[in-house]
Amino acid sequence: MSQTKQVKQLDRVIIRFAGDSGDGMQLTGDRFTQESAVFGNDLVTLPNFPAEIRAPQGTLPGVSSFQVHFADHDILTAGDRPDVLVAMNPAALKANVGDLPKGAAIIVDTHDFTKRNLDKAGYDTNPLDLLGDANDPLGDFQVHPVDLTGMTVEAVKEYGLSRKDAARAKNMFALGLLSWMYGRPTEPTTAFLENKFKKAPAILGANLTAFKAGWNFGETTETFVVRYEIKPAKLPEGTYRNITGNLALSYGLIAAGVRSGLPVFLGSYPITPASDILHELSKHKAFGVTTLQAEDEIAGIGAAIGASFAGSLGVTTTSGPGIALKSEAIGLAVMTELPLLVIDVQRGGPSTGLPTKTEQADLMQAMYGRNGEAPVPIVAPQSPGDCFSAAVEAARIAITYRTPVMLLSDGYLANGSEPWQVPSIDDLPVIDPDFATALNHASPKAAEGEPDEFWPYLRDQETLARPWAIPGTPGLEHRIGGLEKGEGHGNISYDPANHDLMVRTRQAKIEAIAKSLPPLEVDDPSGEAKVLVIGWGSTYGPIGAACRRVRRAGYHVAQTHLRHLNPFPADLGDVLKRYDKVLVPEMNLGQLSRLLRAEFLVDAIGYNHVRGLPLKAAELAEAVGQLVGEAEGTEVDLGEHGLNPPSDHEEAPSR
Amino acid sequence: MSTPTSTELPLPALRTGTESVPAAEGPQTAKEFTSDQEVRWCPGCGDYAVLKAVQSFLPDLGLRRENIVFVSGIGCSSRFPYYLDTYGMHSIHGRAPSIATGIATAREDLSVWVVTGDGDALSIGGNHLIHALRRNVNMTILLFNNRIYGLTKGQYSPTSEVGKVTKSTPVGSLDHPFNPVSLALGAEASFVARTIDSDRKHLTAVLAAAAAHRGTSFVEIYQNCPIFNDGAFDAIKDRDTKEHAIIPLEHGKPITFGVRDEETGLGDKALARAGGGVEVVETAAVPTEQLLVHDAHNPDPSTAFAISRLTDAGYLHRSPIGIFRQVERPTYDDLARAQVADAKAKAAQSGGTDADRLTKLLNAGDTWNVG
Repeated sequence: MSQTKQVKQLDRVIIRFAGDSGDGMQLTGDRFTQESAVFGNDLVTLPNFPAEIRAPQGTLPGVSSFQVHFADHDILTAGDRPDVLVAMNPAALKANVGDLPKGAAIIVDTHDFTKRNLDKAGYDTNPLDLLGDANDPLGDFQVHPVDLTGMTVEAVKEYGLSRKDAARAKNMFALGLLSWMYGRPTEPTTAFLENKFKKAPAILGANLTAFKAGWNFGETTETFVVRYEIKPAKLPEGTYRNITGNLALSYGLIAAGVRSGLPVFLGSYPITPASDILHELSKHKAFGVTTLQAEDEIAGIGAAIGASFAGSLGVTTTSGPGIALKSEAIGLAVMTELPLLVIDVQRGGPSTGLPTKTEQADLMQAMYGRNGEAPVPIVAPQSPGDCFSAAVEAARIAITYRTPVMLLSDGYLANGSEPWQVPSIDDLPVIDPDFATALNHASPKAAEGEPDEFWPYLRDQETLARPWAIPGTPGLEHRIGGLEKGEGHGNISYDPANHDLMVRTRQAKIEAIAKSLPPLEVDDPSGEAKVLVIGWGSTYGPIGAACRRVRRAGYHVAQTHLRHLNPFPADLGDVLKRYDKVLVPEMNLGQLSRLLRAEFLVDAIGYNHVRGLPLKAAELAEAVGQLVGEAEGTEVDLGEHGLNPPSDHEEAPSR
Repeated sequence: MSTPTSTELPLPALRTGTESVPAAEGPQTAKEFTSDQEVRWCPGCGDYAVLKAVQSFLPDLGLRRENIVFVSGIGCSSRFPYYLDTYGMHSIHGRAPSIATGIATAREDLSVWVVTGDGDALSIGGNHLIHALRRNVNMTILLFNNRIYGLTKGQYSPTSEVGKVTKSTPVGSLDHPFNPVSLALGAEASFVARTIDSDRKHLTAVLAAAAAHRGTSFVEIYQNCPIFNDGAFDAIKDRDTKEHAIIPLEHGKPITFGVRDEETGLGDKALARAGGGVEVVETAAVPTEQLLVHDAHNPDPSTAFAISRLTDAGYLHRSPIGIFRQVERPTYDDLARAQVADAKAKAAQSGGTDADRLTKLLNAGDTWNVG
């Protein structure tokens, strides 16, 4: 029975798909995201899954979820609180319902609400039996109980699959239903399924049928009477694609190889959440990329250092625990002054910590986690798409200054995605390896001062970089290593004055990188802000969203974000001094704030959460608002732009 | 979820260890391979003999000096690269095989050598050693075994005999030692040999065979430390005892040692199969056809392993010396380069530069245009 459906305009929606870790929620969320991207919405995603590949079925720890925030304007975060929850079993409902704001919609698959599964989720009574009762625990929400599994099995029975296999298509039924509800284009998913299951016609048929059945169910059922329309966002002109941080980072490494003319050599050991970079790069041998899955973390960086010595762009990828193991080798690269990219996709720590959750608590490790004075430049991307240009920038520094560079991504950037404006290759910097090919020093016995020796530590006066002479270059044979070098000639030296000079020179070389950095961009629309919010890495989104909220509420706040953590941009000290108060939101206990305090003697105030999840914009906005109030000596009330509903509006205020 | 499948790899023709390395234009001298750095080992150290042997062997290798790379870890022996005028890296403890793996994989045109010791290779770097051997990366690993820690001043090493009294084990060490050759054979190394620092002729012959082998060549060199473990190899060095202590291995010949028979050339002791292993027998007591003939090319390493077990785990009275195993199998680096070359060749067929193909890659998948 078809009926007229009401169409309602919305400017943004946050949907969370949640189910058992075997239910295909990541795929469902990813497909919905692709549909929304192709439709032209701006979007940000937040996948959240357990570390176990198949955690015990039906349990709370086994719940996997995927949140997507999409809008008709530019947005910065995956949203604090979902407007819609799709829950595939009791555990998924229980684990996620606490995050929902009053009035949120819940679409729940009733099929798994059995005694056994309710017990596993810790429900004494079936909450769906209490809907509408006085003590309805879901009374604050619009609940739509639907037998998604039952309808899926019924819809796909012509394919003769086992009941279990048939039921597996339920995620596509849910996707079809949500795609109908939000007017998503279906072609990308149809094409995706046709490609994915081209060798399994029955599975393909079942998935396509379930997807269509979900769509048709929305169209015909009386359960859903409203469809929603979220118009495309007005993004800057260009070609866009949706991209995750790990994919963008992989492409950035390939681009660095292309722009430097160096073969990329990745030595890596699998570790969550960095492994996808190894997987991706291993597909791109046609660009001259070599990937070596090493026997351990140390061998991964060892091989990369060897490849760099031999004239490749050596790269190693890992997460925090891997950096701990690689520390000594990073020190070797500092001492031998070889180009090297060390990519740390940070996760919750310490130790094994939270492998699949995000955190940015490796900044101090990146900065100081080595013996001796071993300075390493640090670069951090601020969004998934930004991982591309951050990788190119890290390579520029590594090759130009002959140094290991630490690139700090994190789990949220790695797996989260956003629309990314595809760059033109010609717009990327050209990176000149500038290999040494000639003798560079005249010994006392040299005829007429003509160079007759090669000094591997004779530096470029501007960059302080040493020459990179690769094996195979005649006449430049030399030895390098971890022992202290004599300035210039590079032979072993235990001389006290020389060591002091070399320690200072290595430090000065890293500091000299600041001269090549652009001035810091400060977003202070009114120019009247007394409070500066400064961050680094993936907190860019929540910080930006929080600042927009504060401004929409009528207050002044400035924001800046650091791409370079070591060295800091040359004008950072001046920027900090311009503001009365400086707030530093971080997913750690205050690592950047400590560096800022130490470097600039500024009273940097920390805002710190380490929950394994991105910062929540509304909470952060309240903290910013409070500081603005203190700075300006006024009472600040953010109203609906803070924690009060309706929340999660991230549009920049019109100027 | 995809299931791993095995793919037919393009198999490059097996080649010699150095054939992809450019040859020197003319004759070279040991002096050219000697750097200007002062050698700083203790007087009487076995490392001097090995250094001299290598410096005079390298000219015979006939490769361009700039295409030779020596990599070392940490320890007395690991100072080696500083004394050779080639490219070199004195790296960090135990990691030289991993660094050399990167160099050898990145560059086909380099002759890559690792110099390491019993502590560097078998203790802190044990993992890298066994994985280099199983991968069969084209390089030569020289393991200087003095059965002691020298640079840290005299602690027992992973090849020291049980009960060794050292600074760190005043009442005797407890660890059962590694037999480096057994370990290498267990890791299925494709070339495994043992030689002695003081026997320049044998050492040089083994170096030549190791360099000629394509794959990881593992060479254990018995090396005397006069300061902390003097005399550890006296039995096989002493004129009076060595013919009874050294079991010489020569491919295709019966393995005999001891007092030589002028006529047959056979020693009065020999190896023969016994159960699953081998045993020492009186040569005269068994029919000649039952003497074990050394087969270094046997794809099955079992017999070579059995022979390697004849080395004393305690104080060394007897040890097989020579090439235990020399078999051909594809090298990791050749295969890795073949995969890259194959992918590049396929890409080249579709034309365009790397930048063009990168543009295509970035624009692949679901894209949309704004404006």
